[in-house]
Amino acid sequence: MDIIVCVKHVPETAEADVRIDSSGKSIEKTGLVYDINEWDDYAVEEAVRIKEKLGGTVTVITVGSEEADSTLRKCLARGADNAIRVTDPKLEGSDGYVIAKVLSRVIKDLPHDLVLTGAQAGDDGYAVVGPALAELLGLPHATLVKKIEFKDGLARVNRELEGGIEEIVEVKLPAVLTIQTGINEPRYVSIMGIRKAMKKEIKVLGLADIGLSENEVGEAGSWIKIEKMYIPPVEKQAEIIKGSPDEVAAKIAEVIKSRGLV
Amino acid sequence: MGEIFVLAEHRRGELRDITFEMLTKGRELAQKTGSELTAVILGKNVGEYAKTLAEHANRILVVEDEKLEHFNSDAYQKVLSHLIRERKPLLTMIGHTSYGIDLAPSLAIELNLPLATDCIDLEFENDTLVITRQMYGGKVNVRARMQKAESYLVTVRQAAFPAEKEQVSGEIVNVPSPLSEEITEKKFIDYVLPPPGAIDITTADVIVAIGRGIKDESNIPIVEELAKTLGGVLACSRPVVDKGWLPSDRQVGTSGKIVKPKLYIALGISGAFQHVLGMKNSDLIIAVNKDPNAPIFNVADYGIVDDLFKVVPVLTEKLKELKGMKA
Repeated sequence: MDIIVCVKHVPETAEADVRIDSSGKSIEKTGLVYDINEWDDYAVEEAVRIKEKLGGTVTVITVGSEEADSTLRKCLARGADNAIRVTDPKLEGSDGYVIAKVLSRVIKDLPHDLVLTGAQAGDDGYAVVGPALAELLGLPHATLVKKIEFKDGLARVNRELEGGIEEIVEVKLPAVLTIQTGINEPRYVSIMGIRKAMKKEIKVLGLADIGLSENEVGEAGSWIKIEKMYIPPVEKQAEIIKGSPDEVAAKIAEVIKSRGLV
Repeated sequence: MGEIFVLAEHRRGELRDITFEMLTKGRELAQKTGSELTAVILGKNVGEYAKTLAEHANRILVVEDEKLEHFNSDAYQKVLSHLIRERKPLLTMIGHTSYGIDLAPSLAIELNLPLATDCIDLEFENDTLVITRQMYGGKVNVRARMQKAESYLVTVRQAAFPAEKEQVSGEIVNVPSPLSEEITEKKFIDYVLPPPGAIDITTADVIVAIGRGIKDESNIPIVEELAKTLGGVLACSRPVVDKGWLPSDRQVGTSGKIVKPKLYIALGISGAFQHVLGMKNSDLIIAVNKDPNAPIFNVADYGIVDDLFKVVPVLTEKLKELKGMKA
């Protein structure tokens, strides 16, 4: 089975102090650590597991500058066979729609039985690329996938719904599936794997190579244009208890006691 | 006169809350733009739903078909693209839910209409839609302008708007199903319900919940001891379940359980909206997190900006002392 996985190199902000930069349209990126988007990490692992079981190839694709190569190398070390990066300064400011356009141009010329993406990206959280890409490629799709099985040219998948419920759907192959976190346990990458991955070639493509013009990408080609970014207004603020661990613990214990909870 | 579409969402015999939340916002936008509010419902035998929706919207478009019995993005896309092409609504609102996420992007591509996802606010400025949404896990808000179009698509975050009722009596319009052929590319097979867990966290008075900040499975006994001391149960946010450290029936949030205990202690949980929606109505919320800007502090009553591993063992000891004094 030939599998394509679309990955994104994103700043890790879950536990970082996020500030708005001077443009007022983006966050201050200096000092942030970048890594593969969490959802994509699970997608790559799933692709490699399918390859190990059924044979075939895994090709990872990203859109971004040279810095994104570290994410591609991580995927190669994990077991991907090929890596492609699409880059152009004009891609700056692209939304999920533009990224889907770019990816569709690359994927249409590659053999693909299955295309995987993360269900969303941790930075913009659009959750658009996978199903938009499917429509552009004329393929069926399923999003928020927690389990994949194959039978008779079909992918039988569990989709995560709300409230702990899942649904089982079948889609004809080739198909695009967007992967939800928790579908598997991504493996640790060995030092040997990383060394080997450093030697592998990363194919770099520009806009001309995929037949897109400047006005089809970036802000010009996007559905949405960011005008302003700001820290969300606070509706309610917790009373912050300050002091040594001993002091704060004593105060919290008092609060709990005063509510009759202990 | 223009129209604003709200796609009603239903599953397993229930209209979902997001429907009424979108109708609240849709009504406001319809008033401001001089449009009519139209609820769109697809399904099989959904007459009762249509009656309920008629109390909220000017018009209810009902499309009934065997093929629409269960949600299927493929079938929904075919019906909605037909309705949108035919009626050209100013805006179509779809929930940013497991259904909307599966449906909206491919629908937007097919119709070549701009889409903004996971919106928390919407307004029209001179016929152009301007949206507000969040990025970086809720740490920033973004105001964005849509590419100018005749018709816009959005998905709307759950609980972004209240579900308010305005007594109207809308007109129910039955639209013949445009689905002539079988849907073969994608098929709904069945639901998988969560296995009944040993512990039902929704009935607990005290919940001690852990997030990413717990760092490792081996640290769980530290927080388990606190839960035990309070006679409470251990719950968690999504990353803990993803890593397999606690079973999925302990997950609080939109993908897990909605809880409302007397006391909710959030340890090392940043407070992404998916989690907050599951616990914000708890009577008393205490949060411990190293990041002073963590969104959890905007929902908690009391906050401690510190390492949970420094605070929790001491807190457990203090509570044990208090219990001893009471005895």
